[in-house]
Formats: sequence, C-alpha cells, structure tokens
Amino acid sequence: MAGPATTHAPETPSQTGIGERLFLPSVVKGLLSTLRHMMFGESFTVEYPEESVYAVNKFPNDENRRFRGEHILVKDDQGREKCVACMLCSAACPAVCITIVPEEVDWEDRDRRPKVFEIDMLRCIYCGFCEEACPCDAIRLTPAFYQVSRTREEKVYDKEKLLNDDPDDPRGKYQSPIHPGK
Amino acid sequence: MIWSLLVAFGVFFILTNGLPPALVYAERKLAAGIQNRVGPNRVGPYGLLQPIADAIKLLFKEDVTPRGADKFLFSIAPILSFVPAALAFAIIPFGNYAGEVRLQVADLNVGILFATAIISLGAYGIAFGGWASNSKFPLLAAVRSSAQLISYEVVMALALVAMIMTYGTVRTEVMVLAQAVPLAETGPFAYLPAWGVFQQPIAFVLFVICCFAENNRAPFDMPECEAELVGGYHTEYSSMKFALFFQGEYIAMTTMSALIVTIFLGGWHFPGMDVADHSVGMGILTILVFMAKLLGVLFFYIWVRWTLPRFRYDQVMRLCWKGCIPIALVNIAITGIIGVLYS
Repeated sequence: MAGPATTHAPETPSQTGIGERLFLPSVVKGLLSTLRHMMFGESFTVEYPEESVYAVNKFPNDENRRFRGEHILVKDDQGREKCVACMLCSAACPAVCITIVPEEVDWEDRDRRPKVFEIDMLRCIYCGFCEEACPCDAIRLTPAFYQVSRTREEKVYDKEKLLNDDPDDPRGKYQSPIHPGK
Repeated sequence: MIWSLLVAFGVFFILTNGLPPALVYAERKLAAGIQNRVGPNRVGPYGLLQPIADAIKLLFKEDVTPRGADKFLFSIAPILSFVPAALAFAIIPFGNYAGEVRLQVADLNVGILFATAIISLGAYGIAFGGWASNSKFPLLAAVRSSAQLISYEVVMALALVAMIMTYGTVRTEVMVLAQAVPLAETGPFAYLPAWGVFQQPIAFVLFVICCFAENNRAPFDMPECEAELVGGYHTEYSSMKFALFFQGEYIAMTTMSALIVTIFLGGWHFPGMDVADHSVGMGILTILVFMAKLLGVLFFYIWVRWTLPRFRYDQVMRLCWKGCIPIALVNIAITGIIGVLYS
C-alpha cells in the first residue's frame, strides 16, 4: 500500500440501483405484488370449528405431517402389529408413559408380541424418542392433536386404540401404506 | 336554504362519522387479503358487525388516567386530534348543485388555506397526548410526530402553491370547476379532463406522500411504531379516549383523501358531464362520483400501508428535506415559467 495507513473504513459501494434509490419504482413493484396476493392469493387460514384441520390440506407437500401428535402402532401386511415387544421404546421414553407386557407367539417371522401395549397420553411429552428407538418401524407419531376426553382413563391408549387403521381417523390414515417421508 | 344546510350536513356527517367504522373493517379485510388470511368473519355476516363489536368493547373498558398525568391535557388531546380532521372536511365540495342545494358545507374564500391550517392543528392532539401521559414512550412519539408533521407541512404547502398557481384560486369549488374542462383543445389530450393529476403529476406525487406523512400512516407511521415506542402517543390511553384517537386518525385520512380528490382528481367531475346541469339527479350522481373517487384513494391508503415497511426516522426526514422540498421548489419554478410563457 502506497499511501499512509488510514483509520477510515473503506467506503462501501452502494448495493442499490437507481430504481431503488428513487423509491417510487420499487414501491410500484411492491404494490403490484400485494395486489396480486389480494386478488388471486388463496387464504391459508383453516377456519377451525367449521373446517377440519385434518380434512383440508392448505400446505403444499403436507408439511403438517411433521407435527408430533398422538401415536399409532403400525400393522404389517397381514394385519398384525409389527411390534416385537423389545421394550426399546419404553426404555427410551423420558416420561415413562409406555407400558408393555410381552407374550410368546408361534408366528413364522417372530416369536414375541405385546400382550399389553399402553401409552398414557397424559404423561406423554410427544418427544418422538419412541419412534426413533423402534427398530421395526412399529410405533409412529401422527399429526393428530385433538386432546379431548371426559375421563383420565380414556387417555390411556390401549393396543386396540393404538392399532387403529380407520382411513377416516386422523391417526388411522397414517397406517398405510408407508408413512410418507420416512 | 334550510334544505341545503340539512343535505350538506347530512352528507358531511355520514362521511366523517359513518366512514371510519367501515374503513376499519375494510382495512382489516384488505390487510387479510394481502397477507393471504381471511380477516374478521365471525361477528355478523362476513364479519360486517365487527366494528360495532369493537366499539362496544371499547365503551365498556376502564378509562384509565395514569398517575402524574396532566388530567386536563390528557382529556383534551383525543378531542384535539378528532375535531380538526372533521372540521377541515367542511370546505370539500362533495357534489355539484342538487336543484338549489349547493353540495358543500362552507364555500370559504380562503378554501385550501383553511384546510391546511386546520389539519395542522391535529398535531396538537398527538403532542398533548404524548406530553400529558407522563410516560417516556408517548413523549418520544409526540416529539417525533411534531418534527415529522412540521417537515411535511412545508412540502405540502409547496405542492399546493403549484396547484394554486395552476388554477389561479384557493377556493375549492372554483378549483373543481377549473378541472371540468378538456386538457387540450385538440390533439390526443383532448379526451383527457384537465384534472390536477394530469396537469401537475409531480405535485400530485408529492402531495400524496405528504398526506401519508401528515396522517401518520405507514410507511411514515413514526408516532406509533410499535417496535420502538410501544404504542406511540396513545400507549397510556384506553376506552373511548383511545377510540377517539383512532377515529380521529381515520377521519383525518378521509379528509386528506377528499383533499386529494378535490385538488387532483377533479372532485365531483367526471368526463362528459354537463357542469351547468343543476338537476337533483345530476347532483346525486356527482355525489356518487365523488364517493367513488374518495373510496379509491382510501383503498390506495390501505393498500400502501400493508405493502411498505416503515421508514427509519432519519430516512423520513431525509426524504422530506433533501428529496421532496427541492423537487417541490423546482416544480413551482417550472409552473411559474410555463404560466408566464402561455399567458
């Protein structure tokens, strides 16, 4: 460097063009953009009591499936639970809300299944650790989030409730065929 | 005579007191549309009763006066922001004659000057409100607002000077009549009316910018920028005092829009009308034309608010003193030169 050292910061070149420095052309551009939204933009609002959150899909690519809601137990192609009662999920569970009682079966592909599989939804913190711990993809968290019940007992989900495969049910429709995005 | 007064005051009352609730609703609906939302739709069909629900809620809220506040100024500030805005509407001609009835509340010989003088008084409402609240954020908002209003009033006056030179009058009624002629005798411009916006486009842009600034509307809503000043000058206000501030803001917006329509958009004039036709039907038609233009400008106000982000304070001041004022001065000079050359 030839000249004496200077303490001044170098002048940063202006990043904006003449159009932006005059404001008005950019303003017109912005106005046209908002007008487009006003005239043609579709509302993203889910009008809750009238519209079901599960029925409408206002989000492209079904983003809301990433939501961690209530669990299901997945069935295999013969309609049996995939779970082999390895207890990994209940071991991983930080809230200790999964109760499993295994029993022996004499199926060709496995010899264990849960006799009792209960999740206490009142204790569950929906962390998804059970889903991560499962080696068989047998337990999943679905986007279902309605947490309404009249009694505490209702919120202890047994095997029958967890194996729900009703395609109209917010949880059941995530049974088949394969959880998209997995 | 009594009829003309009744009609004039009736329309005046509807415009100044009936429009703000409708505007609040329109603002919320349009904002929702721009942001891909739905907007109010629970109270009444399409949420049309929402403004009434809001008003009832405000009526039943506790009217708090902060400790250490100047009670007199604190109470009078909302009135001061409400009354001048409505008062300035008096000089707006919102229609031609309907029979014998002149569709204007007051045809003052000082016209526009009266409007600018009265609208400036609105700054006192904000200044007093901020000062009397005994709270630092409203005070800061009031200081900012005063500086901003004083600055932009200069530009506004300069833009108006160019228009007064063009029309050769300050009377609003005569201004509208001066716009009710073709822009040129022959040529392609003969089909355009001689509206102010076609004669003085630069003054029009400057005046619109000033109107946004004078009304403290986005992108110049310095006195109430939430991020820096909590709620601005009305932070400490609640209940109907707050509502009065709110309504004053919307009436000021309406009045400013009416001024824009009168000075630049031909007032109640529409191309092809017969100005000498003083029948009642024509009078009503001119009112509707005026209303349509007014609503168009108000729509623009709302549209801009939900499009542009807020300017930084120094940017607001720079835009005024280093941007608008030189342009306005040059515009006056050009107007003068053209006026001398063509007279």
